[in-house]
Amino acid sequence: MSRKILVPNAVNGLMQDAMYGRASRRDLIKRGSALGLSGALMGSILRFNSVGAQSATPEGREWGWSLTKPEWLDVDLSGVTLSAVMDADGTGAPFTQAVCDFFAEQTGATINFIKGAESATDRLTYYTQTLNAQASDFDIFQVDVIWPGILAVHAEDLTDIASELAEVGNTFFERILTNNRINDVQVSLPLFTDAGMLYTRTDLLEKYGASAPTTWAELEEAAAAIQEGEVGDGNGNFVGYTFQGAAYEGLTCNALEWVYSNGGGTFIEEDGTVTASSDQAKAAVERAMGWVGTISPSAVTSYMEEDGRQVWQGGNNAFHRNWPYVYAISQADDSDLKDKFSVGLLPKGDGEGADNAATLGGWNMMVSKYSQNIDAAKVFAKYMCSFEVQKSRSIERSLNPTIAEVYEDPDVLAANPYQADFYPVFDGGSVARPSSVTADLYNDASVAIFTVVNELLSGQQDDVSAAMDGLASELEEIMQDV
Amino acid sequence: MASGDGMMDRMAPPRVTRFTAPPTRAGRDQERLGWMLILPTILVVIGIAIYPLLESFRLSFTNYRSSRPDRWSYIGIENYKDILGDSTFHTSLWNTIVFTASSVALETVLGMIVALTIHSNFKGRGAVRTSMLVPWAIPTVVSSLLWSWMFHDNFGIINNLLVDLGFTRFHMFNWVGDPSTALFSVVMVDVWKTTPFMALLLLAGLQVIPEDVYESSRVDGATKWQQFWQITMPLLKPALLVALIFRTMASFRVFDMIFVMNGYNTSTMSVSVFAHQELMAKQRLGFGSAVSVIIFVCIALMVVGYTRMIKVEEQ
Amino acid sequence: MEYEIKTSPEELDRLRATGGSGSGARRTPLAILGKVGFIILIFIILLYTLFPFYWAIVSSLKTTQEIVRPNPTMWPMEPTLENYRTVFKDASFMRALANSAIISTSVVILSLVFGTLTAYAMARLRFRGRVFFMYLILSMTMFPGIAIIGALFTIMRRFNAYDTIWGLVIVYLSFALPFTVWVLANFFRAMPPDLEQAALVDGATQMVALRQILLPLAVPGMVTTGLLAFIEAWSEFLYARTFTISEKAKTVQIAISDFTGNTQFEVPFGTRMAAAVVVTIPLLVGVMLVQKRIIAGMTAGAVKG
Repeated sequence: MSRKILVPNAVNGLMQDAMYGRASRRDLIKRGSALGLSGALMGSILRFNSVGAQSATPEGREWGWSLTKPEWLDVDLSGVTLSAVMDADGTGAPFTQAVCDFFAEQTGATINFIKGAESATDRLTYYTQTLNAQASDFDIFQVDVIWPGILAVHAEDLTDIASELAEVGNTFFERILTNNRINDVQVSLPLFTDAGMLYTRTDLLEKYGASAPTTWAELEEAAAAIQEGEVGDGNGNFVGYTFQGAAYEGLTCNALEWVYSNGGGTFIEEDGTVTASSDQAKAAVERAMGWVGTISPSAVTSYMEEDGRQVWQGGNNAFHRNWPYVYAISQADDSDLKDKFSVGLLPKGDGEGADNAATLGGWNMMVSKYSQNIDAAKVFAKYMCSFEVQKSRSIERSLNPTIAEVYEDPDVLAANPYQADFYPVFDGGSVARPSSVTADLYNDASVAIFTVVNELLSGQQDDVSAAMDGLASELEEIMQDV
Repeated sequence: MASGDGMMDRMAPPRVTRFTAPPTRAGRDQERLGWMLILPTILVVIGIAIYPLLESFRLSFTNYRSSRPDRWSYIGIENYKDILGDSTFHTSLWNTIVFTASSVALETVLGMIVALTIHSNFKGRGAVRTSMLVPWAIPTVVSSLLWSWMFHDNFGIINNLLVDLGFTRFHMFNWVGDPSTALFSVVMVDVWKTTPFMALLLLAGLQVIPEDVYESSRVDGATKWQQFWQITMPLLKPALLVALIFRTMASFRVFDMIFVMNGYNTSTMSVSVFAHQELMAKQRLGFGSAVSVIIFVCIALMVVGYTRMIKVEEQ
Repeated sequence: MEYEIKTSPEELDRLRATGGSGSGARRTPLAILGKVGFIILIFIILLYTLFPFYWAIVSSLKTTQEIVRPNPTMWPMEPTLENYRTVFKDASFMRALANSAIISTSVVILSLVFGTLTAYAMARLRFRGRVFFMYLILSMTMFPGIAIIGALFTIMRRFNAYDTIWGLVIVYLSFALPFTVWVLANFFRAMPPDLEQAALVDGATQMVALRQILLPLAVPGMVTTGLLAFIEAWSEFLYARTFTISEKAKTVQIAISDFTGNTQFEVPFGTRMAAAVVVTIPLLVGVMLVQKRIIAGMTAGAVKG
């Protein structure tokens, strides 16, 4: 399996400048020639430049500028009011508002965009409480990738919507679609996705003559060598590898990657068998325990996404496991890491059946059973998940599409060239957490997993075999309750 | 009720105000007025505390889960039995006891030192007293974030200063994540935040001790140390006792500080954080309510103990 | 309510001479040593109480890159107000700030109005159940919020109070009101009954006596309890976390803790510290303005009552 690694380089930068109209035509040609670009590539870059020329910068554009109307969206929904719980406040909201406005304009419907809670726990509580009351406070709502099982009883079947979209060439990634199917009912449709990725400091690999690691053993070796070298050079705060080790959902994601990539399964398999106590699972967790205090800081046991990212961002970290959002921040103009790193698949283990693993994240659309306008709500959900909106979401918000075709779209590649390199991760490595099989008890299972793994990492427990056996029986108990 | 009156007397400043209302029309009017005036408060207390509490109590005997609104039943004391056997609950209870005992003890000792220091007269005394209000006034969420930031292994000022002072073992030390120091870290933050409160309480107690008591003991040749144990402590005891109980009850239900600093990490999980995990993260309303009820009972017992102690003091 | 330090002039002289810690009236080497030790002690106390907030300010003035560099300096190398600009440009944070201001102010006003009435009844009127209710109210001040959030959630949804400002105000009254009643009742009890006795004899009603005689005297106590209630409401976390979801009612404590990065959105520590400073300043200003009364107020509850 070839590892695609994207090195942010001058060409990408040039394309982005062209896309966003940051550089003049003459400037582009000058920089392009200096880089020795082919005529064809230059041509396409200049085309983006003319796109950009219509309005100055992405900041200067109205949100939703790239939205287009799918041909199938020829319905009259005048007089219908739909309430949709979507993004929280913040960067996402203006774009979503624009999509809602666009939909309203095209169909005549009135869309009431409700901003969801930032904290996932709060949001889930809100959903379950509202839906338990069978209240029609909202018709459509955005759900985390691990919630379909929890909320399935309140969801409208969207199987026909998925096939309608497939007919017009909008095919979702099969793994994500499966994750959104509970008891053969398509309870939700994928909106955008996320997956765990390995960020690597390519400049340091070069400095220490290491190659990009493809197995955990190689990563350990490279991380140790780089860390030793950098600490020796006087940077005492340098660490080899950072990940999310605090007792929270993020650790469940990390642990799943270690275990799955070592051929140890997904703690609970799709048929309900508990595999948390398999030898490969134990070996994988034991390996991770060895990182704490050696190639990883001992505080990694209280690290969430941002804690590790700050270390990475400070230039004190060789390898970093995180979600795609880190890319844009690290590659920003004022970042110390600009053009010094790559992103790709996490390493795999050496156990039997070892394979790359990237825990699936992301959000999906669900339609409430208690909606007064189920058909209109389905049309809205269909539009939200369509190729057209996914494309705009990728261009304007850099969120990762769930439809393979979007990754091949030239406009998307021009706006976010690196998304092409995320594709193999989503397509080839993504692993879903055992949320379908555990249904509404997923959080019980996840709490059990991250609690035990965190205790092992932090040394509150040291017998990995006994701890994982304990976890397995706990998970079995939960499965009996499902 | 009569015995209750005793407590009110103790808690209140000397009461000089009893209007004796005979069972006349005026008395009935007063009765009606009294009820009218307390009605809004009583409504709030009943609606927002008593009723939900009874509801929690009821839920604690069910296996209710938010995700299964139609599939639940009364299961007797099953939840309570499960809690007694739940190892995470044991951990959280132990954490809470350690947290409460150590932070209350530290706050008291430090508070006493600070109170005695400020009690003496010196230039800038007012400013020091004011500065002590700063930690107390900072919202708990903010102080938790602030200390998390100072405890950060990589960029944190605490590790940095310790290493600069020559304690190299604190290089990138993991205060909040290391199980051996995690609880200590949250205790530190609690002590920082509440010592001023304690100190000011004790200071108020110190200030009502008449100076001539010290004067006469000085004449008798008592040392400062003897004065402290023979005069200050006995006279301060009522104030100290009240402060101790109040702080114990507050520490026992600690939630936001630990939740913000360390989430659901078992190394620092308190019983309230455990209840929150069950109620909110897992949405196990039945089981979680049972945990809440246990917390409530513990605190109610402390209140009873408190009133008892006050009464003993009186006799 | 205030604790005035009653120290005789002779005593003052003695204290000045010894720095407050000496054991004799003359300047002995021991006394000087004591004085130095004393100054050090004061310095440590100040450092301990003030440094963390100072550090928040310093961190908030650093650039995003400087703040993640190891070996932080005691003063920013290139001080910038960028973090504050980010905070004040953040519409949802500003909204949360406004929500918190509305909620806390409403809580203060309502608890003062109802609290004064109830406190007066508790202190001056005779009626059945008075002692019982006083107990009830006292026990509310120690009530563990976690014990009721599950049930309260369902109730609030039923009354459409979930995720509303008024819903949160009512929930906050459950701790602010008992506290206000408690402190003000003690305040009223401390006033000699002769005060309004004359008015009552002249035929005024109880309410007139309260409004015209007791209330003006109680203003200092009300200012203190009001400020304390404000601080409590402003700082509250658990209920706000549980009963709000959108920017409609989200308070500033939630806005700040959502800055902690348990979502995948980037949050620079510097901005978070700036937000922390912004949230704390109003409280500090309030506390500084009435600091003497605050000290008296917070201690009165426990020492006197």
